[in-house]
Amino acid sequence: MLELKNVTFGVEDADSTREIIRGVSFVVPDEQFVVITGPNGGGKSTLARLIMGIEKPSSGQILLDGQDVTELGITERARLGISFALQQPVRFKGIRVVDLLRLAAGRDLSVGDACEYLSAVGLCARDYINREVNASLSGGEMKRIEIATVLARGTTLSVFDEPEAGIDLWSFQSLIQVFENMQKRAHASILIISHQERILNIADTIILLADGQVRAQGGKDEILPELLKSTVPVTCNRILEGGAAHAD
Amino acid sequence: MLTEIQKQLLAEIADLHKVPEGAYNIRANGEAAGRNSTANIEITSKTDKPGIDITIRPGTKNESVHIPVVLSQSGLKEVVYNDFFVGDGCDVVIVAGCGISNCGDQDSAHDGVHCFHIGKNCRVKYVEKHYGEGTGRGKRIMNPRTEVYIGEGSSVEMEMVQIKGVDDTKRDTLARLSAGARLVVHERLMTHGDQRAESVYTVELNGDDSSADVVSRSVARDRSRQVYRSRIAGNALSSGHTECDAIIMDAAKVLAIPELEANCLDAALIHEAAIGKIAGDQIVKLMTLGLTESEAEEQIINGFLR
Repeated sequence: MLELKNVTFGVEDADSTREIIRGVSFVVPDEQFVVITGPNGGGKSTLARLIMGIEKPSSGQILLDGQDVTELGITERARLGISFALQQPVRFKGIRVVDLLRLAAGRDLSVGDACEYLSAVGLCARDYINREVNASLSGGEMKRIEIATVLARGTTLSVFDEPEAGIDLWSFQSLIQVFENMQKRAHASILIISHQERILNIADTIILLADGQVRAQGGKDEILPELLKSTVPVTCNRILEGGAAHAD
Repeated sequence: MLTEIQKQLLAEIADLHKVPEGAYNIRANGEAAGRNSTANIEITSKTDKPGIDITIRPGTKNESVHIPVVLSQSGLKEVVYNDFFVGDGCDVVIVAGCGISNCGDQDSAHDGVHCFHIGKNCRVKYVEKHYGEGTGRGKRIMNPRTEVYIGEGSSVEMEMVQIKGVDDTKRDTLARLSAGARLVVHERLMTHGDQRAESVYTVELNGDDSSADVVSRSVARDRSRQVYRSRIAGNALSSGHTECDAIIMDAAKVLAIPELEANCLDAALIHEAAIGKIAGDQIVKLMTLGLTESEAEEQIINGFLR
């Protein structure tokens, strides 16, 4: 279970501090699928980075399974059971897909095991396992490999920052399947940042984040109709229709 | 007889854990420590200067020659001349390499001058590994000079590796390509401490349809310095590409100087050079997989130098 208590985060501008996250509190219970959505620039990606420990909050608390992890670094949080799929996956010269999956799994995966993770994200494993995670891979391929690394980690909390960006429509259903399968694992909880209606549709809870604050939170039956009616910022409705890549 | 230290050096530079199969010549502390010629590959000592001639009979296929050099005696300095004569239509692997273990306070140096005369329609793979170890204050120095004359329709792949322990290196490589010849060079280099390394490649594309791809990947750590200079001259209908990709760490310095010279309208030449520290997002990504910052750095460097 992940819990955020009154988390704030600001960045120093030329002569002032600009608050990006303003007193955010919510809970991601065990075995729950929580989606954070909201307009661009609303603080969603920053929130994910705060959870992973890439950024440290200015104030507030982050708890994982009851343990205060606010002051812990990325490595420690990863070892305690947080995984993170970046919005823009990182490329490495010389590191192969199988190497990355082995690092993620923390053990010497057999090629067969590695292939399973790749197949789960819709990549023909044989074609990819020995390829370098470098500029020769397309954006969509990188996204899938990123998701496969999270699968290989198998941690209790998995955070995905816009996993649908760059994934073609044909594969979308299997992406949904990946999340549904992850959710079936005992104690596993999933936090996804997404604009995609089909992802919002499988959420247990939807959190609407705008202007660094939680504007609405609830079950999808409660929140989704409101979102689609465009009662909240105009950009949100447009994004929900468009679906794909939007950077925060 | 080889000592344990020398055997260890051999394992580092040539993956040799025992006497190799096929033709070989092992040089230890300036003296011949073992030699074997085969029906197709003849190794003979030079009479006018230190070194050997390696003559490979035309049409020799799937054979290999190992010519490692190990130095374990502090203060030894040598210049060795090795000439390779590769007949037409050969397909061979040549493994050279030098390992120095210097536990004394005097500098040890090995300067290997290799000259390859490669016939027509050959495939040659050349692997050269440099390695140094030892706790003494004496430096471990290697200055290899390599000349490669590639005959028509032949392709040569050179793998030059220096990952650890060599204090001072100047590598000088010259290649001349005939029509239809191809050269691929992969250099991998890591320097640390106060080491210095300089690599100079001069490639002349003299025949039509010749091509060269010279790629260097290097990591400079601590206070080490590297200079990489790669010059490709297109003197015919040819294509050339050179790339230097370097990671700098700590207080290291790297100078990359790619040079292209087109002397023919149909020469197509490209150079790329990139130097920078390890990208922060690469470290962050590996940390999110549970690695510490220094483990992440090691993985990134190992992959980069693969």
